Parts: sequence; structure tokens; C-alpha cells
Amino acid sequence: MDQLLDVRNLETQFKTPEGIVHAVNGVSFTLKQGETLGVVGESGCGKSVTMLSCLRLIPSPPGKIVAGEAFFRGEDLLKMPSEEIRLIRGGQISMVFQDPMTSLNPVMNIGKQLAEPLMLHLNLTRDQANKRSIELLELVGIPNAGERLSDYPHQYSGGMRQRVMIAMALSCNPQILIADEPTTALDVTIQAQIVDLVKRLREELGMAIIWITHDLGVVASIAHRVAVMYGGYIIEESDIKDLYSNPSHPYTLGLLGSLPKIQEEEHTRLYSIEGMPPVLYKKPKSCPFAPRCSWVVERCWNENPPLMAVSPGHRAACWVDTKTGSLR
Amino acid sequence: MTENDNILIKVENLKMHFPIYRGVIRRQVGAVHAVDGVSFDIYEGETLGLVGESGCGKSTTGRTILRLYKPTEGHIYFNGQDLSQLKSEPMRLMRREMQMIFQDPYASLNPRMTLRDIVGEPLMALTDTTGKKIDERVAELLRLVQLNPDFSGRYPHEFSGGQRQRIGIARALALNPSFIVCDEPISALDVSIQAQVVNLLEDLQKEFNLTYLFIAHDLSMVRHISNRVAVMYLGIIAELADRKELYNNPLHPYTQALLSAIPVADPTFDETRSRIVLEGDVPSPVNPPSGCRFRTRCPIAEQICKEIVPEFREVKPGHFVACHLV
Repeated sequence: MDQLLDVRNLETQFKTPEGIVHAVNGVSFTLKQGETLGVVGESGCGKSVTMLSCLRLIPSPPGKIVAGEAFFRGEDLLKMPSEEIRLIRGGQISMVFQDPMTSLNPVMNIGKQLAEPLMLHLNLTRDQANKRSIELLELVGIPNAGERLSDYPHQYSGGMRQRVMIAMALSCNPQILIADEPTTALDVTIQAQIVDLVKRLREELGMAIIWITHDLGVVASIAHRVAVMYGGYIIEESDIKDLYSNPSHPYTLGLLGSLPKIQEEEHTRLYSIEGMPPVLYKKPKSCPFAPRCSWVVERCWNENPPLMAVSPGHRAACWVDTKTGSLR
Repeated sequence: MTENDNILIKVENLKMHFPIYRGVIRRQVGAVHAVDGVSFDIYEGETLGLVGESGCGKSTTGRTILRLYKPTEGHIYFNGQDLSQLKSEPMRLMRREMQMIFQDPYASLNPRMTLRDIVGEPLMALTDTTGKKIDERVAELLRLVQLNPDFSGRYPHEFSGGQRQRIGIARALALNPSFIVCDEPISALDVSIQAQVVNLLEDLQKEFNLTYLFIAHDLSMVRHISNRVAVMYLGIIAELADRKELYNNPLHPYTQALLSAIPVADPTFDETRSRIVLEGDVPSPVNPPSGCRFRTRCPIAEQICKEIVPEFREVKPGHFVACHLV
């Protein structure tokens, strides 16, 4: 089995007083063994909801997965009984959340929190779990791991809490680690520490990673492949180098253009995408990016473009070839 | 872009300590040394970038300059006038000249006030403008920040993050100030919206000859918008230089590490550069380390760094650094 995770046409909606929000509108992607997939997009583009849907962590109601399949080693995560997915969640697929301050239990010491999944998924005794917890904290580079086990989350700094979260996610030797904006709440120097840590662990443990972020800079240093999301769709997907050297969707072009260049010598004006990301109360018939797009043509308003091959391993959902300006 | 050498703001050995009280009689047992002796100048019409990690005192510095806190020690001169000694009424009137744009566009606008009231409030508080005149000025300000003046009856919750930040900018501009402290004005915004707001700030600066103190933790954005950049660490300024000089030739080991940690949206470039990854975390500002504050994380620290506080000195014209080993 080559594909570890194979998600097809996933659709998730949320019922709100204002109407049904179409958060994810038919997302398909695959993840290979040992591969790191970056999922990039702005707030509300559906990147977190996509991953939470795969693990069936969408609060329901108001959320609902209305269509799609998510095969993990041949089994559909979306259809299996809830007892089975509970065994996979935290065990074979684990997740690291954005905010290390709020995702740890403040009234439980670190040791207990670390031991919990070990005793649940691996059936270890408390002593074994404690021993393993110390190993895990050492693995993620926390000094004096043995002593710090009885500390509470508030006694840890932000970067250390995120290390604890990672240790917890890795505790049951997962095959897939889903990291949802793991470095967004951290300072740059700490962010660099965490990125280095994850890279090292990836080599040591050989797991596949899905790294969700809005930061095109972080993803460049860690991912093998990137999917860019907008309005609940994947609008461009490519190998990491090809995406940055040859961005094809106008939105990706805009995002990259709106970042200040680090090599910039003379002062230039930033490229800015006018308007705001959409909130989709209806599944759009047009391209979701059309209202903000400067390349827009007639066809964009009538038909939502599917992902089309740009070059081998690189697909973009746009009717216009942004290199030549001609239609596809 | 610095057209003249008029010093608008001169900060001298500014210190801001927040006392910590403990026990039944609330005795002072210590202090958070948030800002611990910073000195710098801001020239008229320039943007001075102030960067550093969370808790390094950059926001406190910005707020103390505007006298939102009473400084523990030191002086702030605005056009030669010492703000730190000013009584409350003259200081209040002084605020016409100096305004602030806040980080969180959600928390910094009163949810129960309409746009007209929010943007018009500085006019009511500090000028004699009344009635129709305020409406006119508010409409003018909203147009300036590219918002529809017809929205002036609406409430903040009806706007997106980027639009709210524009409202905050309009409010700051209401009194035609000459100096604005921008405290992380774009960190809460999405990437595509950040560029819109930064471009707006640049346009307004050109139009009204504004002077900015731009506080941020995003080094690449600071590089983009600033003329000169100051790097703060644990309450002191580690390095200050012209933007090009600082980014091309950083001298302080902290600046070097900080610059090497910036994520770059270019995987090919990322492979070729070397990273300096700092160990550990920023120490507590309650008990800052002796000598050089960075020595606990510094890769090149020596004995002298532990004993003597490095002087913030000019090593090249316009390039200041606080390190023994430079």
C-alpha cells in the first residue's frame, strides 16, 4: 500500500443562524509513507476543518461531513464505528494543536497527561508509562525530564509546552502526525527550534506529517509537497520547489507576492490582493477566487475550475494559464 | 527615505519597571524590568522598526513613549520638550501630536460605539469641533483609509479584521498627529490583508509626513517598512542600525540568530543558508541575568559577558550595538 492516507471529495458543512457554511467543498489529497504535506491557506479557508473531518473531530451539530471518503491503510475513517476511530485517533494518527496554552489541561501535571494515551492505547502500566514519558520528554529535548514530569503546564514556557504536545502526539508511534499551526503562537527563535525538532523526529521515527499553516515561509523549510487552500477548495498542489519557483494559481501568486522579500535591496511596494476571503453560504458555481482575481475571464464566473495538471506533480485549479495569459 | 535629520523623538535611558506586590500588607517584593534603559532617536518622517520576541519590552517602550505609563526613569523628548516631566493636562493636549495603532483590531474598538463615534471621539475630546464638522471630518478620514463613508453608522462587529484595523488607523489620524506608534498593527491579520494595511500605512506616511515607531515581531515585514531597525532583548536594545546595514551585516549574536530564524518562502534558498538555533528560552525579566542579558543563550559568551554590562555603543556611523565581543 503506497498511499497511507487517501482522502476523496471530502465535504464538510456547518449549520449557523445565518445559513449553512460550506467550509470544505470537495477536497481530495493523498499522503505517502514518510511524506510531509504542507497545507497552506488563510483563516477560514477550510484547512483545519479538512483535517479535523478526517479524524471525525468536527463537533456535530453544528458541523456535518456530508460527503467523501478518507481511506487510512484501506479503511474508510469516515465510515468506521466510533470505537474503532477512537483507537486510531491519538494512536496511529495523532494531532498537535496550535495553542499549547489551551490544549493542555491546566490542573493535571505533565506526567499524567503524557501517561494517559500510553495507558489507553498501548496498555502500559503506570510505571511503564512514567518511564516512557521521561524518554519522550528527553526525545523532544526537555532538560531534567524526570523532575519536570510532576510540573504543571503553567510552569512550562510556550515552546516547552509545544514540545510536550509533540511528545504526547508521538507517544504511541503514530504513522501520521497532523500538526495544526504548531508554531504560530511561538516566537521566531522558538519556532526555529520546533521546526528543527520535528525534522529530526521525522527522520528518526519515519512518520508522515501533515503540517497546516498560514505561513508560506515555515512550510518552505519543512514540507515535501504543498496544497494551497482557498474557500474550501485545494486550488493548487505541487512539489515544494515547483510551487515556489513556478506558482500557477493567481491566489498563490498573490500570496507569495504579498510577502516582503528577504533579499529585497530597494524598497518596493507589496503586491496586495484586494478584497477579503469569502464566507461560502452557497457552494459557488464560479471560481471562489474570481471576485478578487486580476486574471478573471468569462468562464471563471460560470464554471468552477477543477485541479488541472500544470507540469508533472503540479496541479492548479485555474482556467487561465498565468504564465502565458491564455486559456487552458 | 529619511529626508531630514530633525530628531522628533529622543529617548534617553528610559526605564519602565512594574512593581510586584506580595503578602498581606502588599509590600513590594520585586519588579518586572520590562524596559531597562533604552536610548534612541527617531527622526522626523522616518519609520523606526522595533523588533524582538514576546516579553522583550517592545510594546512597553512604545506605550511609555506616549506616556501611557509613567516611566520609572529616563527622559522622552518630543521636539525638544521633555514628556516625562509633563503634568497631566499639558500631556493630554500633547496627545494631539502622538497617537497609537493597536495590535488587536477586535479588542481595541468599543463594540457599542458606531464608527462615527469611534473615529470622531478624539476630535470631541481634544478639539473644539462639533456636530456637522465632526461628521465631515469622519467621512474624510474614512475615505482616506479606503472605507466607505456611508458605513459611519455601523458598529465594529460588522467589519472584518482588516477593515477594523483601517478604522483604528482612521482614529489615529483624526487629529493630524505627527507621530504614530504602530504596535504590531498587522500581526492579527491574514497574509493577503497584511499587505493591504502595510501599503496603506506607507501611503499615509508619504501624504502626511508621518513618523512611525513600528513595533513587530515579524522581521521580514519590519525590514520592508522601516528605515532603521532596533532589536530588543529582555528590556534593552541589543542593536540599532540602518535597515540594510542591520540585515546585511548584523553584529550582535542575538540579531544574527534572529535573522537566521526567519522563515523564508523559498525552499531553494532555505537549503543553502545556515541556521543559528538558539538554545532555551528568554529569561524572566524579574531577575534578568547579570552582565549581558543575552549571555545565557549566547553561543559565543565569555567570562566578561557575565561580569560587565556591555555598553550600547556606536561601532560604525549609525550602527549601535551592545556586545563586548564585537
